[in-house]
Amino acid sequence: MAGTGLYVIIAGAGKVGWNLARELLEKGHEVTVIEQDRRRYLTVEQELEHAVQYGDATELWVLERAGIQRADLVVAVTGDDEDNILICQVAKEKYLCERIIARCNNPRNLVHFKLLGIQPAVSATDLILRLIEHEVPRYGLVHLLDLPEERLEIIELVVGEDSAAAGRRVADVTLPEGALVISVLRDGAGFVPTSDTVVEAGDEVLVVLDPGLEEDITGWFVSNGRRG
Amino acid sequence: MFVLVIGAGRVGASVATSALRAGHEVSVLDEDPLSHERLDVELGRSWEEAGGRFTIGTALEIDALVEAGIDEADVFIASTNGDNTNLVVSQIAQRRFEVPKVIARVLDPRRAAWYAEQGVHTICPTQIAIEQLEKAALEAV
Repeated sequence: MAGTGLYVIIAGAGKVGWNLARELLEKGHEVTVIEQDRRRYLTVEQELEHAVQYGDATELWVLERAGIQRADLVVAVTGDDEDNILICQVAKEKYLCERIIARCNNPRNLVHFKLLGIQPAVSATDLILRLIEHEVPRYGLVHLLDLPEERLEIIELVVGEDSAAAGRRVADVTLPEGALVISVLRDGAGFVPTSDTVVEAGDEVLVVLDPGLEEDITGWFVSNGRRG
Repeated sequence: MFVLVIGAGRVGASVATSALRAGHEVSVLDEDPLSHERLDVELGRSWEEAGGRFTIGTALEIDALVEAGIDEADVFIASTNGDNTNLVVSQIAQRRFEVPKVIARVLDPRRAAWYAEQGVHTICPTQIAIEQLEKAALEAV
């Protein structure tokens, strides 16, 4: 094994698991995929050969056979949220695997992943929803990144026509403490502003902030802002 | 007591009807409307007329759990046909809804044992069967 390579166990050889395994193997990592459907296993085995094992990854002996004790990372991407939670929970708490990644099929189940400490949980549906909201922003505000643990988020705002910020230098847009304009998107290109950059109506600005400051910040950027 | 049973298969339906007969308040949550019939048959009369509650929904739906009365439950029994569902939903009942008594049916002896160590009250029918079979077999010799 390459010195820098990781040993990754992937539960579920569906489209996500199979493609993930292929990419990781190509990057030189060691991978074992576990698939419980016999037919699916036989299909995937034709390509991945010994890198795929047949079995139910929620069973402890199956995880042990795959070498979970030495895994650097366990990725649970089956089509079943309960299974993904269970696999990650035993990987983390029983086998003390340092890194886990879970797929959340139904975004409504994200609260359960969080409650049981299964982080990060990735939901494709949730990601697509965010993209849709990005295309059709409500109130001109889009959440680009939420890091609740680190208490940090990044939002994108469109500078309104006659908003308080339009026509002002960044230095004069006195955002509350804990908020900072980190990027301006104008005419399809983004740049990091200086304090002398003048904000224009129609710009999209990225703001990094502590959670809870959105309202104070949107006031500066929406049309007919209260501070205008 | 208020007993909430998740999953009315053979085990769940039987426990639910016994609890109702014993005079407890009983609510059952199951995703299959047909399981309601099992309750009627088991009881010998209409489940609702006898005072039972029934909610259609899956175990991981918070709305369904709330509708079934999880906030008032004194006892929570996870007896669906899936070990993983039972283990996840019983932890939700414990940690999120703080139900005083939570019991999960887990068929896999190893997982049942490990989760028991983690503070989940598990009942393992497989383990019970193994012990009884061993006992019966040895006695027969």
